[in-house]
Amino acid sequence: MNATSAPNLDDLLITAQADIAAAADPRAIEALRVDLLGKKGRVTDLLKSLGAMPHEQRKAFGEQVNKVKELLSTQLEARARALADAELERRLASETIDVTLPGRGEPAGALHPVSRTIRRIEQIFNSMGFESVQGPEIEDDWHNFQALNIPESHPARAMQDTFYALNGARLLRTHTSPVQVRTMLDRKPPIRIICPGRVYRVDFDRTHSPMFHQVEGLYVAENVGLADLKHDLTTFLKLFFERDVEALFRPSYFPFVEPGADVHIRWGDPDKGTRWLEVLGCGVVHPNVLAAVGIDPERYTGYAFGMGVERLTMLRYGVDDLRLFFNNDLRFLEQFK
Amino acid sequence: MKLSENWLREWVNPPATATELAHKLNMAGLEAEAEVMLPVLPKGIVVGRILKTAPHPQADRLRVCEVDAGTGEVLQIVCGAANARPGILVPAALPGAILPNGTQITKAALRGVESSGMLCSASELGLAEKSEGLLELDTSAKPGTPIERHLGLVDNILVLELTPNRGDCLSIAGLARETAALYGIPVSAPRIKPAVVEPETRINVVVEDATACPHYVGRVVEGLNAAARTPDWMVERLRRSGIRAIHPVVDITNYVLLELGQPMHGFDAARLRGAIRVRRARAGEQLKLLNEQTLSLDPRDLLICDDSGPLALAGIMGGDASGCSAATTTIFLESACFEPVTIATGGRRHKLLSDSRYRFERGVDPALQRQALERATALVQDICGGRAGPIVEVGTAPHHVAEIALRHSQVNRLLGCEIPASRIVPLLQSLGMSVAPTGASSWKVKVPPHRHDLRIEADLVEEIGRLHGYDNIAPRAYAAELAPFSAKETTRQLDRVKDALIARGYQEVVTYSFVDPKIQAQLDPATPGVPLDNPIAETMAVMRTTIWSGLIPTWQYNRQRQQKRARLFEAGAVYALAGDANREDARLAGLIAGPAQPEQWSAATRPIDFFDAKADLEALFGSALQYETAQHPALHPGRTARIVRDGVAVGWLGALHPKLADALDITDALYLFELDWAAVRDIALPAPGGVSEFPSSRRDLAFVVDESVTSDALSGVIREAAGPLLRHLQIFDVYRGTGLPAGRKSIAFGLIFQDYSRTLNVEEVDAAAHSVAASVHARLGGLVRD
Repeated sequence: MNATSAPNLDDLLITAQADIAAAADPRAIEALRVDLLGKKGRVTDLLKSLGAMPHEQRKAFGEQVNKVKELLSTQLEARARALADAELERRLASETIDVTLPGRGEPAGALHPVSRTIRRIEQIFNSMGFESVQGPEIEDDWHNFQALNIPESHPARAMQDTFYALNGARLLRTHTSPVQVRTMLDRKPPIRIICPGRVYRVDFDRTHSPMFHQVEGLYVAENVGLADLKHDLTTFLKLFFERDVEALFRPSYFPFVEPGADVHIRWGDPDKGTRWLEVLGCGVVHPNVLAAVGIDPERYTGYAFGMGVERLTMLRYGVDDLRLFFNNDLRFLEQFK
Repeated sequence: MKLSENWLREWVNPPATATELAHKLNMAGLEAEAEVMLPVLPKGIVVGRILKTAPHPQADRLRVCEVDAGTGEVLQIVCGAANARPGILVPAALPGAILPNGTQITKAALRGVESSGMLCSASELGLAEKSEGLLELDTSAKPGTPIERHLGLVDNILVLELTPNRGDCLSIAGLARETAALYGIPVSAPRIKPAVVEPETRINVVVEDATACPHYVGRVVEGLNAAARTPDWMVERLRRSGIRAIHPVVDITNYVLLELGQPMHGFDAARLRGAIRVRRARAGEQLKLLNEQTLSLDPRDLLICDDSGPLALAGIMGGDASGCSAATTTIFLESACFEPVTIATGGRRHKLLSDSRYRFERGVDPALQRQALERATALVQDICGGRAGPIVEVGTAPHHVAEIALRHSQVNRLLGCEIPASRIVPLLQSLGMSVAPTGASSWKVKVPPHRHDLRIEADLVEEIGRLHGYDNIAPRAYAAELAPFSAKETTRQLDRVKDALIARGYQEVVTYSFVDPKIQAQLDPATPGVPLDNPIAETMAVMRTTIWSGLIPTWQYNRQRQQKRARLFEAGAVYALAGDANREDARLAGLIAGPAQPEQWSAATRPIDFFDAKADLEALFGSALQYETAQHPALHPGRTARIVRDGVAVGWLGALHPKLADALDITDALYLFELDWAAVRDIALPAPGGVSEFPSSRRDLAFVVDESVTSDALSGVIREAAGPLLRHLQIFDVYRGTGLPAGRKSIAFGLIFQDYSRTLNVEEVDAAAHSVAASVHARLGGLVRD
């Protein structure tokens, strides 16, 4: 080892820098680090040789070697990082996927449109303080007709033909009103309920289904009148259709209410002409009905209403064929996701 | 019901168009619509008299007519109608005329003979869909009169769909009364003068059932001109109400029905024997009706009879034998009031519809009979001539049908608004009620006979509200207490379960509650269903005992429409016979079929299996439900689980039985589940224990056991033997095949041990694992597989 080998240091530096720049992968970098800065590396050797140097040379040469060592160390590290970055970039590029391919697994199903409408109706009335109540679908004559002021052979019976069972001892409820009757028998006023569910009538064509759904409502308390009914139903219609629906209350006749009304809403595109569509029947509960369930009609009054779920569903979603609801064709039902 | 607007206006003439009137009626609770009778009026058509007819030289079926059309000259018109004959008056379309259907009439030669126009039938005038021959007009009509003037063709038809309580408005008189009240104007009814009684001819009337027939009046009219014809004005009014002219007497009774609302009947008196008797039918009696139908009578039927037997089904339809014919010269006119229920049930029993039944079952004014009889008598005499006999009357006509106490407070209470007393009284009076004060703010109201629908105070309140206008009642926001309510946390909400199923790919369906008994008998043979007495189809004849009866056909329907897979659920009731009565239970059911996943790009698919369906139930109900090996007639004997909760059966899960699948032509893998909703609704409140801070230790053990040993049985033994330090037990492999004897399987468990207060040492974990192995060997013959 030549003690005065300053020019060697420059050569070493130049060669080493060229080697570092040429290193192609992390292994080459590591080999260079060992060759230069390792325990037996060339730079390390030079530092070891300092002890044999004359004092005056030792300091200056020592400073130079340390500078080279630092420089090479930094450059080795930088080169290693650059190589790692390039490697990562290559790997990431190779891992690229087509994010537009569809996801794997099960797509969600949907609620049946009739359930969807019932749920909406329930949510609105629940928020108005009406509790949802259920009752049997196979009923008897008393709960379905007599208690509702519809005696045997009343003309209203001709309006709805009924499915009977057990040789006439039972019938399929023709409306959900029997649930109101049962609730009034069970509870004391104030009563504020809605009764959603299946109902049945002997009728089967394009616009009639032998099974369909109704939501009926009942509010019995002291001093409930037609004005309250108008408020609550117009509120409901606005919330249901999510706009200011124009509603018309027209006197009508149902044996279980007096005064009675049916509710029409203005429907259609204002530019193309609108018409009145009947959507609800309602009225002030007939005193005979209250008396039949043991509620004093002198103390309490009430209102009741009923709506056809399928009709509201058809209006809301623009469905024009009732049969679609009960064919259960998945291609139709899937559109309610 | 349809009525002519012109006719109504003779009675009451409101300052409103037909459309405005219809709207007003609607807002008063009478559903009405106004239709223009003839959207296009005929033009250039006049009354013409056929003077002479001669055969057409070139055509057998045509005739050459000489016609006086009031033009001052005789017109030659070729005509093909069979009834073209000298002397009759008919509509004649002159050259330049336009028919309502747009056809223009010109002078033309018909097979070589010149024709100055066309003679018209009713259909050519737009008065009938179809008609045969020329429309014959009154012999008193004046040739040259424009046909639209002669027949009064500028008219609207009021189409009324009345609610069953408003039978009082099913006539011109009733509608006029209501219209007058709505507009506050008077009614001018035609004057009805009692007929001069000439002969003393009478037929006695005996009413055996005064409840069913509270009032009966009748009289004989004799000496009628059998050749009389119904005048054009009456034929037209009847036609506008959809009633065809048949015979002058029949037409007159129909006219009175439309005008006054009183159904009447005209018997040919020559065919009557002895007295008229109103009685119930006797066993075995029969009656041939006007419509040629022969009824076997029911003892509940109310009849009009004479000494020879039944003449008519009272209030519903007349008999064939006693009706008026072209030879009739003496008639007995009946005007009676029948009780609504008798008529309604009788009509329903024999499935007979008639204008008469329609009115009687809605209630006819019990005081109207005499007036109607006089009106009909006068019309008969005008049209057919004849002399009227004395009126025979049984029963009485009431002056009013109810006396109702009305409180001002109740009006305001039921309507929810203030209506001043000064308004209430005139409103009621305008409806023909007499109102007398009984206190400072109460009245006694007498209801006229035609308003028998008004019986109680609330009925009067409706009348007041109706005339005041529902529109004028302001909506009132409720001020009442709102009792808050909330669903119980310990009750599972159906909507939440539905949403969870939907998120797992299930589609909700709603199927009919009545199903095909054949399919149901295969799916659920043990449960007696509730059959309907009157199903609409054989395939909808019994109430479902399982929702599968609807789900399986729904899958078949969709499969036929090229659906490859489905996940369906339905929540609803099932119904079963229970002794003499029935029961109803809420169920939640599902069906999955086809491949396990939808077709996709990244993985091979496989048919669904038991564990796909079970995973869905586990996701919904967690560990609340247990699954036991069991048999169900509709399910695969080796792939069926009875679902149990705390030892009680709550449902089923399994593959459709292959035999059944074959019978139903189902080739895909198909799994079904059904849960008794009431039994799975309860849900425990979460009661979490602590979380251990100390590490757990795991030991994996695979046991070789007989096929008959279930994983549940193994798990049970393992848990018991492992003791309280076993925190979790996990099945991570099930193996059969190479290395194992036939009939044996290996189930591998991961046992995770942990304590809350310390780290377990190796020795105690090993000891627990050994004890597990020993126990499994001793109790189930299972060997640890190395």
